[in-house]
Amino acid sequence: MTVRTIKITVNGTSYERTVEPRLLLADFLRGTLGLTGTHVGCEHGVCGACTVLVDGDSMRSCLLFAVQLDGCSIETVESLGTLNDLNPLQEAFRDHHALQCGFCTPGMLMTATDLLRKYPLATDEEIRAGLSGNLCRCTGYEHIVAALRAAVAARSAQ
Amino acid sequence: MKPPPFEYRVAKSVEAAVAMLADAGGEAKVLAGGQSLVPMLNFRLLWPAILVDINRIPGLAYINEGANAIRVGALTRHHQLETSPVIAAQLPVLSAAMAHVAHLAIRNRGTIGGSLTHADPAAELPMIALLLDATISVSSPKGGRTIAARDFFLGALSVALEADELVTEVAFPKLPDRTGWGFEEVSRRHGDFALAAVGTTLTVSAGKISQARIAVAGVDERPIRASGAEALLRDSALDPKLLDAARDAVRTGVNPNSDLHASADYRRHLVGVLSERALNAAWQRANV
Repeated sequence: MTVRTIKITVNGTSYERTVEPRLLLADFLRGTLGLTGTHVGCEHGVCGACTVLVDGDSMRSCLLFAVQLDGCSIETVESLGTLNDLNPLQEAFRDHHALQCGFCTPGMLMTATDLLRKYPLATDEEIRAGLSGNLCRCTGYEHIVAALRAAVAARSAQ
Repeated sequence: MKPPPFEYRVAKSVEAAVAMLADAGGEAKVLAGGQSLVPMLNFRLLWPAILVDINRIPGLAYINEGANAIRVGALTRHHQLETSPVIAAQLPVLSAAMAHVAHLAIRNRGTIGGSLTHADPAAELPMIALLLDATISVSSPKGGRTIAARDFFLGALSVALEADELVTEVAFPKLPDRTGWGFEEVSRRHGDFALAAVGTTLTVSAGKISQARIAVAGVDERPIRASGAEALLRDSALDPKLLDAARDAVRTGVNPNSDLHASADYRRHLVGVLSERALNAAWQRANV
């Protein structure tokens, strides 16, 4: 097995690590870097729990190999607020009860982060289409849509 | 649920990529967006010895408008197609189809070359390539060739590519004047593969259809053109009786499977309903 050394920026910190080519980005983040905020659900690109931003675009970290991302910049849920200092999107999730078990939440937050940066999200239809790749098995979608709607309002108020 | 080990090679040019494929003698897979390949690796449905990563080949992601065709580079991400003003203006049926392709995070990474090469029988892009009579350019160490979409899709997950060939470009001829289009799809959930999908174009001249194109997905082992229905429509105006006949011709021309998601009968019924809607939409747009 040929291993490779990659340089990768995660949440603004540069890392140099040696990886097996088959190591998924999700497992690199969790296992190699210890950033366990990214959750791994289905491991085949269906559930969206492992969504992170790669050079600013939301992607499934279970469908990327860490070795591919030499020189890339990754953002994970750890780049948002902290427990005592939530960012406005996380605030909105808390205020609107947009999570129960929390398993899907990191993926929801990172997808929502991508959506908030790039899209008008003027209608609920647009919000729902944007979130459609993230599954929540607590069936909290109404609350998640409400949270994102509130985050859109907070964004325009800024 | 973890991929098997493989040798990882990064190609920085098309020439390097096809040389790596030729060297591997059929043991390599091309890694483009990976949105179909990596799930198959994670499930261990595939055990390629080598992955040739083409993501770092410069100049392979573009949408160029020529005089007669729109040329799309093989590494163009779905999201680029979805949001391209050129595609929206020139190939609106493709824009409409892109809204049905998976979800944002998949569209940010998945590529047109990958989708065509993977050739899922229920996927939108292969069906649209077939509908619009696209040509697919491929390179190999021996040189290049172009393949008509009609000759490209051989069966489920099977295309007319040799082991040392790489798709480099897809050329979509522009729509003729006075051409309307329709796209209709039903899937179990937003972004899922189609239970049935239909794309149409109708070109109208002096009140009659001079060219009819109907492509369907999800109802056969590969995307197919409903050539029987196309022939019925030619040289006529679309009226309710003709629409009924065309719908029935589409239904008899497909060979759907039953699976967990829908029965063959239901898919056959659905493809007729969707054809009717997509033909009506195309007729209305052509006659504006």
